[in-house]
Amino acid sequence: MRGELWRWRRYWITFQTILIKELLRFLRIWVQTILPSVITTGLYFIIFGQLIGERIGPMAGLNYLDFIVPGLVLMAVITNSYANVVSSFYSSKFSRYIEELLVAPIPDWVILAGYIAGGVARGLAVGGAVLGVALFFTEIHLHDPWVTLGIGLLTATLFSLGGLINAIYANSFDDISIVPTFVLTPLTYLGGVFYSLELLPEFWQGISLANPILYMINAFRYGLLGVSDVPLGVAFGMTLVFILILLAYSLSLLRRGVGIKT
Amino acid sequence: MGVACTPSSTGLGGAAAAPAIEVQHVLKRFRPDAPPALDDLSITVPQGVIFGILGPNGAGKTTLLSILCGLLKPTAGSVRLAGHDTLTAEVKRMLGVVPQEPAIYPTLTGRENLEYFGRMQGLRGARLAERVNACLQIAEIGDQADRRVEHYSGGYKRRLNLVIGLIHEPRILILDEPTLAIDPHSRSLIHQRLRELHAAGVTILLTTHYLEEAESLCRNIAIIDQGRIAERTSLPRLLSRLHTETFVLNLKGRVTELPELGGFVLQAVDDCTIEVEMNRAHTINGLFEALSRNGIEVISLRNKQNRLERLFLELVDRHGPESET
Repeated sequence: MRGELWRWRRYWITFQTILIKELLRFLRIWVQTILPSVITTGLYFIIFGQLIGERIGPMAGLNYLDFIVPGLVLMAVITNSYANVVSSFYSSKFSRYIEELLVAPIPDWVILAGYIAGGVARGLAVGGAVLGVALFFTEIHLHDPWVTLGIGLLTATLFSLGGLINAIYANSFDDISIVPTFVLTPLTYLGGVFYSLELLPEFWQGISLANPILYMINAFRYGLLGVSDVPLGVAFGMTLVFILILLAYSLSLLRRGVGIKT
Repeated sequence: MGVACTPSSTGLGGAAAAPAIEVQHVLKRFRPDAPPALDDLSITVPQGVIFGILGPNGAGKTTLLSILCGLLKPTAGSVRLAGHDTLTAEVKRMLGVVPQEPAIYPTLTGRENLEYFGRMQGLRGARLAERVNACLQIAEIGDQADRRVEHYSGGYKRRLNLVIGLIHEPRILILDEPTLAIDPHSRSLIHQRLRELHAAGVTILLTTHYLEEAESLCRNIAIIDQGRIAERTSLPRLLSRLHTETFVLNLKGRVTELPELGGFVLQAVDDCTIEVEMNRAHTINGLFEALSRNGIEVISLRNKQNRLERLFLELVDRHGPESET
């Protein structure tokens, strides 16, 4: 019993250590990791919200600037949680720091948990910063903090896992930018950040429902503003299912040493 | 300098009688149709020795070390560390690894890197602080401990890399080219620390390209070429195979004409330097006596070529393309 407790305590210390290292990594280079998202989304608020938004008029019964806030915050969460894990884990692989972890007496799942927690931390930190910027331009009030926090946390976890899988398969720094550029960005933009699903023709509405990011953005919009194009339960359920699939796949890759021990 | 780089205990615990490392008939293929990176390779490293693995680039040295550390699985054959054939957490705790490229986080300080890897090995609290300070002292990087590693010189990174492998006081230390491309001071310091660890009973397995490093540190070596063992023996036994050696002598005065010295083959390099080829029947004393009889005084003497280097080249050539035909 005592041995078992000690083992779990060791895992906890290891998890904390990887997480703290990840926090230090992105906080020390905050000009590269936090500031760009804040500036970019600030520009979105100015251009789409203040300048163009007034001509667009209300969206889903909301002021256009208020409408785009959840999507922009979640976009920051998605890109930053993904970017943190993909860059950190790939650098560990490229510079072979990861080998020091693999030869240490630590199970794979603790390493996975540490990196994912780092990605979630950066995603939520940048998301929080972007929300802070949004409050300069809008007067939104949290409709449901638990839904907001819950979907933010799940989204950051999901995309951290995605970043880890990308890093495992990547063989060069080019490989870690392909998915964000050609998959994540289009899916995010087409996931209803700037428009309501109701604006699309029926056919495209159906197509859009296959985009998992749409569900996350709508659930987050519900948490912040109380409106959503999709049922909340479906959004949470789909995100959880995706997390479980990617989690199982990541663990299997780590256990088999794919991209690391080959 | 007696810095505390000695482990807290000696021996390998319950498996005290077992060799530190046993590699038996290991075969490693990265693809089924590719030639093997390691081919029926067997090595036994007794406890408490410094064992050198030498070989040209691509010989399979790093592949072998990766298999020992559990980073790669052999296609066939077995590996045992301290008598254990699986890398359990307990066995991993006995093992320290110093990779070829410094595996340190550039955005963390030297101290933070040590704390990080120490925690990964299960150290914490006062024990962790004690080991971090000891390692900083061993590596002589205390003055840079709180600077980010990205600002370190190559030599400092190598030294930090070494002590990261020592943070948990391993009983078996595996080093892949530990002094590659560093300044003479850092190299000398690393050699000194490895000798201290050896004196403390740590088993050290290292690969190196520097043959003088192997000659100065290792008593036993294995030469690997094309994934196979080209030679595995003790260093004195290997060196005894040299039939001739060439020495370079710096002379006190000028010598315009080389004297005839019975049996010694002399060649002038310049007016004050000569080369002497000696076979195994000759002695240095005999050479000096013959030179002295001819009025030639010697200021200093050195080997023209590193002795091990000569043997290495002979062995690798023998196992090279000709042996495959």
